[in-house]
Amino acid sequence: MAAVHDDHAHGHGHGHEHGHDDHAHGPPKGMMRWLTTTNHKDIGTMYLWFSFSMFIVGGLMAFGIRAELFQPGMQLMTPEFFNSLTTNHGLIMVFGAIMPAFVGFANWQVPMMIGAPDMAFARMNNWSFWLLPPAALLLVSAFFVPGGAGAGGWTFYPPLSIQMGMGMDMMIFAVHILGASSIMGSINIITTILNMRAPGMTLMKMPLFVWTWLITAYLLVLVMPVLAGTVTMLLTDRHFGTNFFNAAGGGDPIMFQHIFWFFGHPEVYIMILPAFGIISEILPTFSRKPLFGYSSMVYATASIAILSCIVWAHHMFTVGMPVTAQLFFMYATMLIAVPTGVKVFNWTATMWQGSMSFETPMLFAIGFIFLFTIGGFSGVVCAVIPVDIQVQETYYVIAHFHYVLVSGSLFALFGGVYYWLPKWTGHMYDESLGKLHFWLSMVFFNVTFFVQHFLGLAGMPRRVPDYALQFADFNMISSIGAFGFGLSQLVFLTVVVKCICGGKKAEAKPWDGATTLEWDLPSPAPYHSWVTPPVVK
Amino acid sequence: MSSKAVASLLGTLSIAWYSGMAMAAAHPYQLNFQQPNSTIAQQTYDQHIMLLWICLAIFVGVFGVMLYSLINHRKSKGYKAANFHHSTTVEIIWTVIPFIILFAMAYPATKTVIAMKDTSNPDITVKVTGYQWQWGYDYLIGEGAGISFISRSSTTLDQRNNKAPKDEFYMLRADKPMVVPVGKRVRVLITSNDVIHAWWVPAFGIKQDAIPGFIRDAWFQADRAGIFVGQCTELCGKDHGFMPIVVEVMEPAQYTQWVAEQKAQSATTVVDVNKVFTLDELKAEGEKVYAGNCAACHQANGQGIPGTFVALDGSKVANGPKAEHINIVVNGGKAGSAMAAFKHLSDVEIAAVVTYERNAWSNTTGDVIQPSEINAFRK
Repeated sequence: MAAVHDDHAHGHGHGHEHGHDDHAHGPPKGMMRWLTTTNHKDIGTMYLWFSFSMFIVGGLMAFGIRAELFQPGMQLMTPEFFNSLTTNHGLIMVFGAIMPAFVGFANWQVPMMIGAPDMAFARMNNWSFWLLPPAALLLVSAFFVPGGAGAGGWTFYPPLSIQMGMGMDMMIFAVHILGASSIMGSINIITTILNMRAPGMTLMKMPLFVWTWLITAYLLVLVMPVLAGTVTMLLTDRHFGTNFFNAAGGGDPIMFQHIFWFFGHPEVYIMILPAFGIISEILPTFSRKPLFGYSSMVYATASIAILSCIVWAHHMFTVGMPVTAQLFFMYATMLIAVPTGVKVFNWTATMWQGSMSFETPMLFAIGFIFLFTIGGFSGVVCAVIPVDIQVQETYYVIAHFHYVLVSGSLFALFGGVYYWLPKWTGHMYDESLGKLHFWLSMVFFNVTFFVQHFLGLAGMPRRVPDYALQFADFNMISSIGAFGFGLSQLVFLTVVVKCICGGKKAEAKPWDGATTLEWDLPSPAPYHSWVTPPVVK
Repeated sequence: MSSKAVASLLGTLSIAWYSGMAMAAAHPYQLNFQQPNSTIAQQTYDQHIMLLWICLAIFVGVFGVMLYSLINHRKSKGYKAANFHHSTTVEIIWTVIPFIILFAMAYPATKTVIAMKDTSNPDITVKVTGYQWQWGYDYLIGEGAGISFISRSSTTLDQRNNKAPKDEFYMLRADKPMVVPVGKRVRVLITSNDVIHAWWVPAFGIKQDAIPGFIRDAWFQADRAGIFVGQCTELCGKDHGFMPIVVEVMEPAQYTQWVAEQKAQSATTVVDVNKVFTLDELKAEGEKVYAGNCAACHQANGQGIPGTFVALDGSKVANGPKAEHINIVVNGGKAGSAMAAFKHLSDVEIAAVVTYERNAWSNTTGDVIQPSEINAFRK
């Protein structure tokens, strides 16, 4: 705490001498800076590094999965350990890598883009971040307790999850903590956006990234408590003799799935809406042309968010729902294609007759649109019940959601990092290495996941450690792609580290087509920015 | 990777070629669904192909425009950016057209869903039960009523662990397949004994979760004879990958013969519960039952898997009071335990396996449990 007090005393003490908007003194030094910081940029940085380290941990688990599936037969591990890997790969990538990365972006960018000096609840912001490392520790250390980490899938359906050892309890507590962190982060983002915009910035003048995060934050506040509730019910079923999900005691295991997916489906939009926002910032910049259909983009985002709350049971078309329920969820799911289509059309129209250049952020944005659309197509295929019943719980679904989460969310995150790195570090990144990273990721991603469509259609179930011989060739191709994709991310790490350490000085506005407020600040952005709010005309 | 693999990969880039490949049988580079063997599976197959064509058309349309733009509207070519940013007409058009396309997709799907859910008037009704990690079949109504058996994977542990060669049916065969006649409407009642499983036969277009405590139903009608294979498709624990669903479809006359054989067989294997066995007889039978039902978790050597599955060798239950041991085998462990109930086994099987466990490895209780004791316990 001392550092914080010093910081304040320092700020006030010198404020009079240097004038109020001169906060060039910088942060306190050492470990205490990071433990006690309330600065949105410091916290954003920590979120991003945390997310990257979890991305590595989850990626190593994916390496394990693909190595075991490289050939038929059990080579490297027991089936139980394999199940722990698939379970924790999913959980860590969703809750540890993708979500914190977007919160990191929100921390860095939202205040700068709306002309606010910091987040609304600066101290709570610190707490939201520092909840994450203990949760990650719980998830990872579960591998070393008797019985190993949870192995019931990232969806931890009972009764299977009731059977697990204490690794499952650690997973439940980790999910609780991550949920609490997300809720606090979301409240902070909503409050910041609604109350701290610069004079003149009406809601319909906000950058689209800010809009998508506002909507995402509402979704998070809506569904995270539901997840917390259902994992608590699981915990009491496991230890305190309740029977929420136990048919023998009058409960229903399918009720868990309904509650879980009421959280789980909005969750996938939580991971993609901010990605839409990032893409909607990058495309106009490098097309040197305003975003096409700004207001329809906002309405489409809101429609997707609302629809996402009434489609959950499309994850459950094989549980045996009544025909009317099945049809309702099929139609509702198909409707999502409409606003999503509007977005893709708007992006295409933004590029149309632009004056495009192809720096790394733009490459990732175009890669995103191309591959996310393929994921959208397989999404529509999955919405059609007879076909979904065939592909449910097969590799087709694995391919589908990796197309929307890896080449969707993750590519947008990469694009966003390259786009804003000059603002964050004050240096230009290495463009050739950035392009290399894009092309390697693009090629290996498709090698890994495109063939999985075929595996799923031909009948290979997901979450299996071994498979029939007819699936051997495509699995080997997929594994080779996965190793390549994983190793390609080292290029990304190299670019980021190089950029932090040095490189060509970045101008305040390194991209000539950029229009949002953060580019009016110097590069690197000062520790305290927009102490005097800008006026938006 | 062979050159054949490379060639095949290149081929996959063409979606048009894709639908031509569709009718090929299961092979290493199979790209599409298995060849359908029921009306529902055929409809599903056709709808999937229709969806692909629609997606392809949209793909070509959208990315054709984008590609043109990417090639021509470049700064490096000196192209000057236009400044338009919305057009209400265009935006309404591209909101309405997707609605129409979606309607075209939803209409045939709705008809199929309604047909899938109509399980009325079956010729044969079979109850399917998922166990960790095998399937149980009980023929309830129709020709074959009364037949009941457990179906286990034919793949051996040695094959799985690369200690024995894998044949072409690796993971795709069971010791006793479910048998049904061609052209008869079969209704399956699906449930589970422990955790959620899913019963899936791709060629019939049927997949239904098996939920403990609930019975769900589904139906199929096979159009031609043959052996059709699927796998469990809901994660159900460590051997989820090793519980194939094998259905043998027979001509009706052959099916009648199969039913007669099964009935004759079960008539000879019915044992008087009051028959008294020797310790060695029970141990020999018990070892077989143990290998089929218990060894997956407790391991053949009785050591279990530390931290996950308890050891039986030297355990308190296997060396303690008989009643407690019988209870845990018949009714399962306490709530939340991974130990499932095995009440579906016969009195002889339970007596044998309990006797075996109490006298195998370092357990030397010398107890001999007779089927009559199990029979009494159940009452």
